[in-house]
Formats: sequence, C-alpha cells, structure tokens
Amino acid sequence: MSVEDLNPRARDGVIHPEVRAPHDESERAQDGGRLQHAEAASKPIRAPQTREKQPRGAKVRGDRPIDQAEAAERFLAAPLHQAAHDERLWDLRKKRDASAHGIPEWEELREIASAIKAHTLTHLDHYLEQFEAAAKANGVHVHWATDGADHNRIVLEILRSHGARTLVKSKSMLTEECGFRHHMAANGIEIIETDLGERIQQLDDEEPSHIVAPAVHKTRMDVAEVFAKTLGTDPDNDDAHYLAESQRETTRPYILKADAGMTGCNFAIAETGTVVTCTNEGNADLSGNVPPLQIHSIGIEKIIPKVEHLGVFIRLLSRSALGSPITQYTSHFRGPRKGTEMHMVLVDNGRSARLGLEEFWTSLKCIRCGACMNTCPVYRRSGGLSYGATYSGPIGLIIDPTFNKRKYSTLPFSSTMNGSCTNVCPVKINIHEQIFAWRKVLVEEHQIPALKQGMMKAAGAVLSRPAAYRAAIGAADSALKVLPRFAVYNPLNTWGKKREMPDAPRQTFHAWYKQNRMKDTGR
Amino acid sequence: MSARAGILAAIRANRPAGDYPLPTVPDFTPLVGDDLVAEFGERLKRMGGRVAEPGSADVFAGVRERLDAAKVVASAVPELAGNRDLQSVRSPQEVEDVDVAVVRAVFGIAETGSVLFTQDELIVNAVAYLAQHLVVLLDPADILPNVQAAYRRPEFARSAYAVLHTGPSATADIEGVLIHGAQGVRSLTVLLVPR
Amino acid sequence: MRVGLFVPCYVDAFEPEVGIATLELLERLGCTVEYPFDQTCCGQPMTNTGCHAEAAATEALFVKNFSGFDYVVAPSGSCVHQVREHLTAIPQTEEVKHVRASTYELVEFLHDVLKVEALPWAEFPHKVAYHGNCNALRGIHHARPSEIVKPFFSKPLDLLRLVKGVELVDLARPDECCGFGGTFSVFEPAVSAKMGYDKVADQNRAGAEYVVSADSSCLMHQKGCAERLGLPLRYIHIAQVLNGAAA
Repeated sequence: MSVEDLNPRARDGVIHPEVRAPHDESERAQDGGRLQHAEAASKPIRAPQTREKQPRGAKVRGDRPIDQAEAAERFLAAPLHQAAHDERLWDLRKKRDASAHGIPEWEELREIASAIKAHTLTHLDHYLEQFEAAAKANGVHVHWATDGADHNRIVLEILRSHGARTLVKSKSMLTEECGFRHHMAANGIEIIETDLGERIQQLDDEEPSHIVAPAVHKTRMDVAEVFAKTLGTDPDNDDAHYLAESQRETTRPYILKADAGMTGCNFAIAETGTVVTCTNEGNADLSGNVPPLQIHSIGIEKIIPKVEHLGVFIRLLSRSALGSPITQYTSHFRGPRKGTEMHMVLVDNGRSARLGLEEFWTSLKCIRCGACMNTCPVYRRSGGLSYGATYSGPIGLIIDPTFNKRKYSTLPFSSTMNGSCTNVCPVKINIHEQIFAWRKVLVEEHQIPALKQGMMKAAGAVLSRPAAYRAAIGAADSALKVLPRFAVYNPLNTWGKKREMPDAPRQTFHAWYKQNRMKDTGR
Repeated sequence: MSARAGILAAIRANRPAGDYPLPTVPDFTPLVGDDLVAEFGERLKRMGGRVAEPGSADVFAGVRERLDAAKVVASAVPELAGNRDLQSVRSPQEVEDVDVAVVRAVFGIAETGSVLFTQDELIVNAVAYLAQHLVVLLDPADILPNVQAAYRRPEFARSAYAVLHTGPSATADIEGVLIHGAQGVRSLTVLLVPR
Repeated sequence: MRVGLFVPCYVDAFEPEVGIATLELLERLGCTVEYPFDQTCCGQPMTNTGCHAEAAATEALFVKNFSGFDYVVAPSGSCVHQVREHLTAIPQTEEVKHVRASTYELVEFLHDVLKVEALPWAEFPHKVAYHGNCNALRGIHHARPSEIVKPFFSKPLDLLRLVKGVELVDLARPDECCGFGGTFSVFEPAVSAKMGYDKVADQNRAGAEYVVSADSSCLMHQKGCAERLGLPLRYIHIAQVLNGAAA
C-alpha cells in the first residue's frame, strides 16, 4: 500500500460526513450535554496555536545510566507542551478522584484486588498450569516464552507457518518490552498499531510515553505534522477529528487485509483460559475478530483465578486510569472463531525473577492503569519519554531497574517520594516505599555516582559529630555557605539558580538557646 | 529444559514467603436505584450511547431514519430483515461495507450502561466493529444492577467470545478531544425491546 | 511529662524562630521541655539518597540524644517520618525502638497527645493557604489525602481553626507536592523548581497572603520560588502561628 493509496485527500468521501467540524470539538450526549467518558478531558485543553518543537526523550546510549533530569529539563524548556501535558494528566487524576469518591467501597475494593493479586502471584505456577489446561481445552495453542527474544521468535514462527506477512495489533506494553515491532520489521513482517495514540507513536518512530495515552506528550500540531509526513494529511489542518478520522480511514485497509491480529492482555482468567482486553477504540476486537489468525501476548503476572474476580478489577481499572466507570469495550477472548487459529503466548521476561525480590515482588500486581503516572508531579513535568524506558513514571521507577540495574540506576532518584502514587494505586502497590528501597539497593550495589555517595559520606561524617556540625553551621554567615540538609557539599549550588537563597538569620536556634536558656547552668 | 519447565521452576524457587489466602469478595450493594431501566439509560448516555424507546407501531421508530439512510443493513435479530445475511458470511472482511448492524444484547448493566454480546448474538463478531453504526435490542428485563452481578453470569465461562460494549468506539488520544468512531462503530443505540 | 525538643538542622540554621516558637508553645501548654545540646540531624539526607551506611552514625547520635524522654517532639513532619519509618541503619535495640515510637511531629503531638482545644493567645487575621508536607500528610497521616476515599480529617486545620482570624483559602491542587523532596531539589533542580513555581502560583491564585506549613524545608523552597517569581506571598511555620505570632 503506498502513501498515495492512503492519502485521505486523494480519495473522495474519506472524511466521514459525521465527523465534527473543527469549531465543535467535543462529542455530545443524546441530551446535548458535553461528554467526557473514555480518556476525554473534562474541559478543552487546547495547547496555544504557537509552533513549538516537540521535545524528544532521554538520550539512550547502550547501558549507560539514563539522565532523566537532563531530558526533563528539555521537556520543561518547551513550556506549551509541558503545560498541556501537566494539565491533561492532572485532569485525569481529578476525574479519577471524582469517580473513586462515588464508590463507598473503593478502599475495600483496592484491598481485595491487592489480596487477589498477592494470592495469585504466590500460587502462580498452579494458576498458570490451570490457565494452560483450560486454554488448550478451548482449542487454543499455548506457548511459553522465557524472555522477549523468545516471544518474538515464537510469534515469528507462528506467522511464518501461516505465510503471514502483515499483522495488526492493539496496544500492549509487553510487546514494547520485547522490542517486538523492531524485531518483526527486521524480519520482513509489517506491523500496524491500531490504537490511535500508539499509531501516532509508531508513525513518528517514537516509544509510547504513557501506558494508557501513548501520545499524551504531543500536541495536535505535532500529530498533524507526523500525519502530514506519513499519511499525507493536510499539514495545516490540526483538527483532532480530522486527524483521528484520517487515521481510521488509513488503518482500516490494513485491518481488512492483515494476515494476523494480535492483542495484549489486561487479565487472564485461570479457570476459563480467557484473555480479557480493555480498550476504548474497539481495536483489540478488530485485531482479534477480523484476521484469520489471532495471537494474544500475555505477561504471566496477568493471571487472576476466576471470572468473578473481574467484578473487582474491571470496576477499578478504568476508574483509576481515566475516571470512566468502564472502558468502551471489555472483551473476553476464550476460543478461536470457526476456521481460524488462536494462539496465546505466556511471557516471563524477568517476571519470575522479580517474584524473588523480597522488597519488590508486589510490583507484579500492577494492572497498568497509569494512575500513578497521572498523579506524579515529577512525571507530569518531565514527560514519559524522559525516563528512557518502556515503563515511565512511578511504576517505571520500580520496574525498570529489574530489567537493567545500571541503565535505570538513576530512575529511582527521579522522585520526591511524596506518596501520591501509592494512594491512587488500585492494587495498593507501595510504590514510593519501593522507590526508597531501590535507592538503598542501588547504593549497596555501587550503582550511584561516586560524587553523590561521596557527598553523603561527608554529610554523614559532619552530622554525626556535634563539634564538626557546630563548626559548619554555628556561625550564621557560614551556614549560608553550607546549606544544611539538602545542599551541603553540593559543588554546583543548583539551589540558587532557580530559587532565591534563604536569608541568613542573626543566630542559630542553638546559639539562641545557649544565650537565653543556659545562662544559669554555666555551660 | 523447556521454557515452560524453566518458568514454572523459577516461579516455584522464587515464591515469596508468607500466606496469602484468596479473599472472598463480598456482595456489594449496587450503586443504582431500583429503576434499572432509567439508571441504565442515564449511564449509557454518559458513555456516549443513545437510548430509544420503541414506537408502538414500529419497534425501530427511534432509529428508522438511520436505517432508511443506510445502504447496507446487517441484522442478527428476527425483528428486522436487513439486506445482508450474516449467516451466509464466509469471512469477516465481507461485512466491512455494513452501514448499520442490528443485534440483540444478552443483558445490560445498569452501573455502567454496558451491554453484553457473545459470538451467538453477533453471528459475525467483526460486524459489531466494522459497521458504521450499531443498533442494539435489549429486553428491559435483562438489565442487571452492577458489574459484579454481570460476572456471575455463565456466558463468560462458555462463550468463545464475549464482549461488553459501553457506548460507541471512542478515543481522546489527541489533546483529550473526545471522538466517537475511533476504529469501531460511530454510534451505539439501544432499543428497549422485550424478547 | 518530659519532652525532648528536636530542632532539625535547617530549622536550627535558617528558621531559629520556628524552634523558639515550638519550645515556647510546648512550655505554655505545660510540658517540661529539654533541648539536648549535642543534637544534629535525623539522618534523612543520607537515607533518602539510599546511603544507609553513611547515616548510621548520625542515627546513633540521634538515639543517644533522645533516649531519656517520654516524648520527642520536632516541628517537622519529614524528620519525624524519617525517625519513625526509616531510622533502620543501626541495630534495633529496645532503646532505638523506644525513641522511634515516642517521636512526634508537633501538630500530631498537640492534636493527639496534648489534645489541645484552645489557644487563647493565638490570633492571625490573614488569608492562609495551608501546605501539607507530603511526609506529614501521607507518611504520618496528618490529614486524609485527596486520593483516599475516607471521611475527611485534618489535624493541622483543626488546630488552625483554634486561631482567631485565620481565613483558610482552597488550592486547586491541595495535596500536590511542592517539589522540594530533600536532595531531589539539588539533583533534579529544573523539575523541583517548576513544581515549586506551580505550587506558589496556585497559592497566589487562591488569594493567600500567608502560606502555613508544618515543615520549614517546604516553606524555604516555596519562599525561594515565590521571591524568584516576584509573588507577594509570605511563608510561616504553623508553630509560630499557634504560638501567637502576630505576623
């Protein structure tokens, strides 16, 4: 298919008559009210119509530690992008609050969800075997993949045995982990992402920046630029409806002629062998129901024991992610359609090893809702790409180091450990405490810069010796030179670059106390 | 060692210490009033769906205009003939030109405004996504109070494919602007028609 | 009741009035307060950076200084959170456990232990935005954070309501971290400062004259940000307001 075939301007009637005009943006309800379901913003968040180059993500250089702070600084240097990003994700957090506060048993649901996950993860061998047996009984081909490369090899073999050359897929963080798209491209398989956000990122050759909203860091102008280059849309038309419709119309031919379809998995039900996906676009259903061959990639931690447990998780997932009571589509794939084949690939890729990390195994409870990212004040001001990893934001800080301790050694430090992430987590992962614990592990394993550790050693030496401490801080004027606590021994004085320095008081509390309260003691 | 054996062995070796029993999920009080039909309709509308009362003479009065304007109507219900026979469809691609698909829901959920289909109601699963518009017949007696009740139904354990639709296909991946018809149907209208 | 006063290092150096107000307030409320003279720090800069071994000697000194008291009180949620949750670099003897369990942040000490119901000397006729330090809010449970679906409560606001003339204003993002984050403010200065700017802009939009908090570290960061932006906001510790500071 050439760009010409796909050019919406080149074909009549491609833009559907029901597509909204640019001046009437939001979808309306039957009664005319403004709708805000799915990942919609509660009010228009229109980035100013000023061109601002989209900031790119962290510089990734092999195993060298990611400089998240550097990438974040570049994101902040694009204030229009940063402001729109922050506002949009904070809006999702507010929608989440409103939705959660409407459910009296919310905290109980979180407890139960967390306990179901803890139970399943500590009996994972049993439930995986149960899932496999059920799936096989349903006529499904079940595969096991030790790591990402294994997953890619298995899928490639399935495709080759069917002579399949094109594959449409819905969003899956697991396949991002596996570097699936790049591997398939190198092997001559054409992969088409069917989620709008993911498709935007694919066309821009950029990783997704957010688990749920992959292109949330882009403005509509960025999207217009990408689509103009790749889909041949009008570069001057950045109307969101026009852009979305152009994507729909150019993706549909791929969906219709694809040899295979693939989905990720939100929940895998052990008792029935069912794969459950939650989408708003219906693209998982298109990927699973149109091509003659369907493949579901499943992280082994996605297992839950019974169908009835969906009654807990489905109530939590979309409300946590978007503030919407449910995604538009909750799809349950259990067996192949008549005359077609269905494959399920159970992927480990580090999960079984993570299970053995005493302080970190509960991170496997994650249901990928993105609520921790939406609420994270650092993430909202840095952009997901600044983390240079598949998983960004708070959950990324505690998962990424399990994939590569050196490369992601810096990430647990990109946090103020304010704890909001832990409070919004629908499965009650103690995210900020794990960030704290990771810092300790990384120091013990010498994965933090010698300068940083040296500073802390020097701080510890002074702070544990009253005389040395008093000498450093005792005189009011010298205290300013060695700001205690946060700036001690910091050769760069990054404090004063962005903030005014505190005034030097006349005397320390210690000196005041000595002067005013200890006269009589003779000390 | 096979990948399967290796993974299971690693899981057993790394099993976290401690006892983590499977919790019993209590029956939560449904967060909807007694009038399930009204609650269902209200919530469906908030999710971008539409609700139409059946006319006294014409069950399809609420969507008649849409049906009349459609070139291709695929009906999976006996109440409407349509002009595309789903039973004779050989491959899902054949339904890509369908303007309006008409199907019956197994049940609805008041808490969310969702409707359930399985492969039996859809006949061709893909028609619920490739069609431009979806019209759903739902018996008011088939509305369940909440999601928890829905997941006690037997359809999930016995269907090859079961799906909850809550309004039409939607996206807001570009600056949070809500757009219906992202990849699937542009509209979903529920007609409250007894079986 | 023997109370040991812990004055965190940055309060000692930069906000001595906060230490003085804490001391005077506790004495006014009938406590016998002692200030162990050899005190330095709780060890938080090191542990928060993952350097637990480097914190051990400081933690040991803290315990040595404060082991003889019924209660240890500090005007800082963040330092108290460190002592209670993270003072683990040294062996957990009975003495260490006692100190950790009896260390209180000033607000919770007034609210939960002394159960203060009146502060007749306190008057602060100003529009006030309250800033809940994250460790105080989510670590030692000063209040119900906005994320949690439980009945609302707030210990600092309960106390501020006892102060004549205080008019509380609401922030658009009440529980949002201000970006100080200890060493975060030094190692990730751009994001830290941006969070601070957004925080003080929110306070300014809400019409606050004063920002009151139970943590001097956040206040120092926010004050620096507000001054850089030229906003007319003033920052004061809750100990001073409760002690009757006339501003």
